Amino acid sequence: MFSVFKNRFEQGYRTCSYPKEKPAVFERYRGKPMVRQDAPQDMVDICAEACPQDAIDRNLKKIDMGKCIFCGTCERLSNKEFVQFTGDFEISTAQKDHLLTAGDLPDLAEHSKQHFKKLFGRSLQLRQVSAAGCNACEADLNVLATPFFDLARFGINFVASPRHSDGIVVTGPVSRNMKTALLQTFEAVPDPKVVIAVGTCTITGGPFSGSPEITEGLDKILPVDLFIPGCPPHPLTNLHALLAFFK
Amino acid sequence: MMTAFLNISNGEAIDRKKIPHLPFADFSENALEIVKKGGKPVQLFAYQDGPALKFMAVLRTDKLWVAGCDAPESYPSLTQTCEPFHMFEREMAEQFGVQPVGHPWLKMVRYHANYRKVKDVFGNHYKEDIPGHYDYYQVEGNEIHEVAVGPVHAGVIEPGHFRFNCIGEKVLHLEIQLGYQHRGIENLLCTVKAKRLPILAENIAGDTTIGHSLCMAEAVEALTRVQPDKGAKIIRTIALELERLANHIGDLGALSGDVAFLPPANYFGRLRGDFLNLALLISGNRFGKGLVRPGGVRFDLSDDVRKTLGERLKELKPQVTHVLELLFLASTVRDRFEDCGRVSKMDADHLGLVGPAGRASGLAYDVRRCFPTEYFGEIGIPENKKFTGDVYARARVRYDEVLQSMSIIQSLIGQPVETRIVNASDFNLAPFSFVVTLNEAWRGEVSHAVLTGNDGKILRYKVKDPSFHNWNGLAMALRNTGISDFPLNNKSFNLSYCGFDL
Repeated sequence: MFSVFKNRFEQGYRTCSYPKEKPAVFERYRGKPMVRQDAPQDMVDICAEACPQDAIDRNLKKIDMGKCIFCGTCERLSNKEFVQFTGDFEISTAQKDHLLTAGDLPDLAEHSKQHFKKLFGRSLQLRQVSAAGCNACEADLNVLATPFFDLARFGINFVASPRHSDGIVVTGPVSRNMKTALLQTFEAVPDPKVVIAVGTCTITGGPFSGSPEITEGLDKILPVDLFIPGCPPHPLTNLHALLAFFK
Repeated sequence: MMTAFLNISNGEAIDRKKIPHLPFADFSENALEIVKKGGKPVQLFAYQDGPALKFMAVLRTDKLWVAGCDAPESYPSLTQTCEPFHMFEREMAEQFGVQPVGHPWLKMVRYHANYRKVKDVFGNHYKEDIPGHYDYYQVEGNEIHEVAVGPVHAGVIEPGHFRFNCIGEKVLHLEIQLGYQHRGIENLLCTVKAKRLPILAENIAGDTTIGHSLCMAEAVEALTRVQPDKGAKIIRTIALELERLANHIGDLGALSGDVAFLPPANYFGRLRGDFLNLALLISGNRFGKGLVRPGGVRFDLSDDVRKTLGERLKELKPQVTHVLELLFLASTVRDRFEDCGRVSKMDADHLGLVGPAGRASGLAYDVRRCFPTEYFGEIGIPENKKFTGDVYARARVRYDEVLQSMSIIQSLIGQPVETRIVNASDFNLAPFSFVVTLNEAWRGEVSHAVLTGNDGKILRYKVKDPSFHNWNGLAMALRNTGISDFPLNNKSFNLSYCGFDL
């Protein structure tokens, strides 16, 4: 018993004060990309060519965060003169086309469906469906339950049954073998319900684009309300998205 | 050892002409001979070489051995004599429609049509949902009942279907049906542009990003005759150990949660995040995505980063140690861990278990010690084997490895680490070559095998995650265990669904 108390004392209080204050993330973290649209075309072309996800629109000079895996190749090739990844983790959007960006994202709180705030603002119960990703998105959703993020203090929980939930959080590029289970889980959630797409491969197929085994975009099979990009999205990105969209 | 198989090294590219191409009977006989004497299959796969379908096997004793043969449409199953071939033969039947005659349990692995578009071995047309034309294993008798769980589970975890055959609360048999996460990665790896290869490797299993990335990087390095510098090897070693730390600590926390001892569950949950953040400190990504590339690393260990890493480890080490003590000294925890889900050494050996699951049952195999890559040749890795094969042993292996990994990293960051950052995303692979790479990721042996054609293009890219070996270990652990101990046993293995399903 004594060692339980001793450890409790050593561990201290660990919960972050987000959203009041933004916790610091290490410098090398790659968050929202800032794109300089006056970059020379040849530089843009080199970056677009090298991008492993083909996420750069070379004509519009914008990055599609729905395809981007935030590897930083373009930042490095352009020596930050075309793209620079900032430490800003608040990068989620309510519409898929908002993800194609030069760095100026619309305010998520304003673009969220306002009736959701009324319905779910004080209590939001979510059912997570993992559908063929790499398990990194799941892992960084799971950590929201740890003391540092403590998602439950906002009245948001992940629950065991779709019957008890207000919506589903989908990760992964929805494989052929997982599609029916996903659709049945969605069906089992009572109306009105929310669909949240977490991670690049959920939004566009991401690294698995081109495989006949997957679905290139959850929005092709379900009405998605909230897009959380990243590979995987940082837990703070997830937290921001849930708070801005529903609170 | 007298064998027709050729001795090769981990990460050594060889001309495919040098690989013994045996008649099937000799191939089978020699492979069985090696495995009967205690060897294990690392890889056994089929591949299409022009019009011909061929098999290739990589086996391990204290060395690695390779040979190939022409693939018969049907052949006497190797599994009949040696169980460790069990999953491999099922996989070959599914991928290429070849029939292992006499296989004791010829069941699909991931549920997809075969690549050759020949008659399906399992009688499926794949218009029905998984599991298609397949009746789960059934136990009959009075008071026997079945419990079906998944593919969507109660937690935030990957999908899979578990079917328990029980009498009362006792599990007689657990059947595990996976395949829900199948993304067709092996085929993608053969068709995508070179710039996408490392990205795909990182996403085979996100919790094993470094393990799979290292296997790919070493394979490409061998096939392009490029060697990473010493600094890159050190950074990659640190990254692999950080990955082990984050996952082992997370697992210990989850195990604690499953026996309802909440303080360590919460502390380890938080501490796991701290180790993920150390991966982010180096690479900008909590899972180390973007760090490892063929030829080296994309991020150096600047003195600032090295200093921060050292400071954080110094701060975290006593915390981790104290929580480990809290967990392992609690009599209630030991009561639940001990003798739960026992897998005997003999069963573990027959199933070919690897990694902590194998070491917990007395199989000391560790790639870091047996076939060292990166900087592991310079580091002494203890055997870490345990003898009881229960949840306690699987937890205890992690306990030891957590402490070792922290010491390994601390020993590597005492001096400045210099490396030349790599950026190249294109490479020309040596034509008509073969390479196999192995690394000890946190779950055990990860292996990639690459065959190139005459044009230097990838002809076959075979990926094996340790979970491919270990899922049957979980099924074995559950026998005659109370069904309420399933979560605890499941966490003690914590296997990858996507790594298995690829």
